[in-house]
Amino acid sequence: MAIENNRLTEQQYEENFADIHPPYENITAAKVDANRCLFCYDAPCMKSCPTSIDVPKFIKQISTENIKGSAKTIFSSNIMGAGCSKVCPVEKLCEGACVYNLLEEEPIPIAKLQRYTTEIAMKENWQLFERKPSTGKKVAIVGAGPAGLSCAHALSREGIDCTIYEKENKGGGLMTYGIAAYKVTPQFCEDEVNYILSIGGIDVKYNQELGKDITLAQLRKEYDAVYLGIGVGVARHLDIPGEKLEGVVDAISFIYDIRAKGFSTVPVGDKVAVIGMGMTAIDAATQAKRLGAKEVTMLYRRTQDEMPCTEVELDIAMLDGCKIIWLTAPKEVKGINGKVTELVCSKMKLGEPDTSGRRSPIDTGETFTLDVDMVIKAAGQTPFEDLIEDLKIQNLKGKITIDGNCSTNIQGVFAGGDAVNGGKEVVDAVQAGKDGAKAILDYIF
Amino acid sequence: MASLHSNFLGISSPNPYWLASAPPTDKKYNVLRAFEAGWGGVVWKTLGSQVKNVSSRYSAVDFNGGRMMGFNNIELISDRPLDINLKEIAECIKLFPDRAMVVSLMADNDKKSWHELIKKVEDTGAHGLELNFGCPHGMTERGMGAAVGQDPEIACMVVEWVMEAANIPVITKLTPNVHSVVPTGRSVVKAGTNALSLINTIQSVTGVDLDTLVPNPYVAGKSVFGGYCGPAVKPIALKFLTTIAQDELTKTVPVSGIGGVSTWKDAVEFMLLGASNVQVCTAAMKYGFRIIDDLCDGLNNWMDEKGFNTLDDFIGKSVDSITHWEDLDINYHHIAKINQDKCIHCGLCYIACEDTSHQSIKIEKGNPYNTYTIIDEECVGCNLCQLVCPVDDCITMEEHRVAPEYINWIEWQKRGLPLNDH
Repeated sequence: MAIENNRLTEQQYEENFADIHPPYENITAAKVDANRCLFCYDAPCMKSCPTSIDVPKFIKQISTENIKGSAKTIFSSNIMGAGCSKVCPVEKLCEGACVYNLLEEEPIPIAKLQRYTTEIAMKENWQLFERKPSTGKKVAIVGAGPAGLSCAHALSREGIDCTIYEKENKGGGLMTYGIAAYKVTPQFCEDEVNYILSIGGIDVKYNQELGKDITLAQLRKEYDAVYLGIGVGVARHLDIPGEKLEGVVDAISFIYDIRAKGFSTVPVGDKVAVIGMGMTAIDAATQAKRLGAKEVTMLYRRTQDEMPCTEVELDIAMLDGCKIIWLTAPKEVKGINGKVTELVCSKMKLGEPDTSGRRSPIDTGETFTLDVDMVIKAAGQTPFEDLIEDLKIQNLKGKITIDGNCSTNIQGVFAGGDAVNGGKEVVDAVQAGKDGAKAILDYIF
Repeated sequence: MASLHSNFLGISSPNPYWLASAPPTDKKYNVLRAFEAGWGGVVWKTLGSQVKNVSSRYSAVDFNGGRMMGFNNIELISDRPLDINLKEIAECIKLFPDRAMVVSLMADNDKKSWHELIKKVEDTGAHGLELNFGCPHGMTERGMGAAVGQDPEIACMVVEWVMEAANIPVITKLTPNVHSVVPTGRSVVKAGTNALSLINTIQSVTGVDLDTLVPNPYVAGKSVFGGYCGPAVKPIALKFLTTIAQDELTKTVPVSGIGGVSTWKDAVEFMLLGASNVQVCTAAMKYGFRIIDDLCDGLNNWMDEKGFNTLDDFIGKSVDSITHWEDLDINYHHIAKINQDKCIHCGLCYIACEDTSHQSIKIEKGNPYNTYTIIDEECVGCNLCQLVCPVDDCITMEEHRVAPEYINWIEWQKRGLPLNDH
């Protein structure tokens, strides 16, 4: 057993990482689906979208071949509508609410239709929004992820001059760094960020980390308001013995490397264990398999009923040949010569519901051991608790506390996205950015 | 099993489906393919003085992703030499003696031309003649086609010429490009026509190309009014048919129903409103002759289900149900009911009623599904909600009579009963 890269041929990599949801070939194909849409009133799909995209309207606009109008409908509600069409778990959002489900019929492929429109808009570089004349007001935004970009775009439209401080050297946040390559490509993420910024009035300063390169006090002094869209950090520690062994990796870094460094350069084990059952865990497990791992086992401490990922995502993992072991928690990573060889697991059972409303896992005391050479940690991500404590921002276990106006306990400092909610979908962060912008405008004017 | 055998003026065919006079019936090759597929008969594309056609010839109206909801053509009568047509007609009759062969005619506007043409066609062994008094383009400018059908006196004169010469049944085809088909219908029946057929196509512009700004169909930067047909014209055809089936004089002759017949259901509707058989064109032009299978099969199954053994058992059965507005029963009232088990919460009934009707649907907001219920006291029973509902039998109209006895508008006024108050 060994951790190795370059396990497959170029052609195999290409097949394994091809677009999982191929787009429509042409407008005729898009219109076949668009014409199925019933154009519901007070539509359940729209109500199930965190950004409230007027789905029936944009689909109707595809059917009338008003693609530019369709794009404006989407982007007016969700400036990351292009990326969301590829990464949203639509089966639990818009498509899950489509009334066709109630007829036991396939729902309208809303994401695919949204992708159709937004890809054309980006390709044609349609400028759908006009920035109002500069008001002279300045807002600093920390983090160029979905929340920060959405907030900046909404503010810029209103004539605010925005400066985004981003600690990485690319924008897009988790869209760029934390999602499987068969969903979005690095090139797409870069194009999407550039398309959003093309409205003007937004200056992005890369490699600028809050608390290191810049301070909150400085930003508060130089700007009329500050928005924190700093997201969450690395994967949660397992806090078990052996976590430092070679072969224990963080899912986010693993996913990022696949996207940034090229498939053949990323090493993967023969036998891989993935801890967790969220979207990130699925993305890590499926990609480990697609990189050539012989065996991938996903461990989750609760059951399928409580899993955070959707059935559709679980199906991707299972179709990729990943094994799933429910009611199992990691207890100890064992190794030889500093390298992972075994994962000792505890068998769990379900107890009383916890604060999340889900039944909590309880250790039965029984254990079993898996032969593995790689362990990928994907049991949620940790907020930047130390940073937030240092900034003296009120928080709950590192998650920033905000009031109904997106405001933190510090005057003129607003926050939203994963930094507040602890880690949700891209589409939730986009909405948080919009809400933040609205609150900031109310505060400034 | 029911019999689909049709007898139209003694012209026998194994089923009541004829292909209408049009491109599908303009040569032996097509007609033999149609007969092989199982069509009951054909009306051979109109013969007359030879003409020259243009390119392009057709255009269409699409609707919500469906192609050719309406279809339009600017093609003229047969552009093939008469002697070839006649030879091929005779050959088709010989190969398929059990099928109806009716030949459409449009001679030049003089008695001699008509008599000569009729003689030549009868020599082929054809079973009947159909007079094309309906073609709305090209021929009208020459005083033929619709120009004849639009003028009862001219139509009468031509039919009289025809009847002097004809030894086989004569069907006169009427144009819908008039406010009523009855005057011409009466006129040609008086002149002796043995039957009527309707409708021919309706003058139309199907649309304008939004890039070239030239209407369709396009002919070197120009267009002309074309003849409209296909599913879109069926309701208009049924109305004209009913007026012919209800008129005391025109109802004495059989009618061949034409106008958007695409399915066996359409055919049944035409026959219930008085057509003895039907003619089909656009549906065949869209899908080919193979549609005859379901046209026959569906009709047969429906007849078996309803207990009709022959076509005559149901032809004309709905004619008397269409009455005058003044005779409608004002005490009849029905109210919509939404079956909550079937409702998929699309809200289409609600927004239609709320914006454009009587605000008779209550909305209770839910996430993501709203609940919609009828406010019985407000519902006027207009059917709009039922019509927009995408789910079969989800919204039903339930009878709630205002009073048990029948009362019509005349009587209502006489008694000074109250008018609507909302």
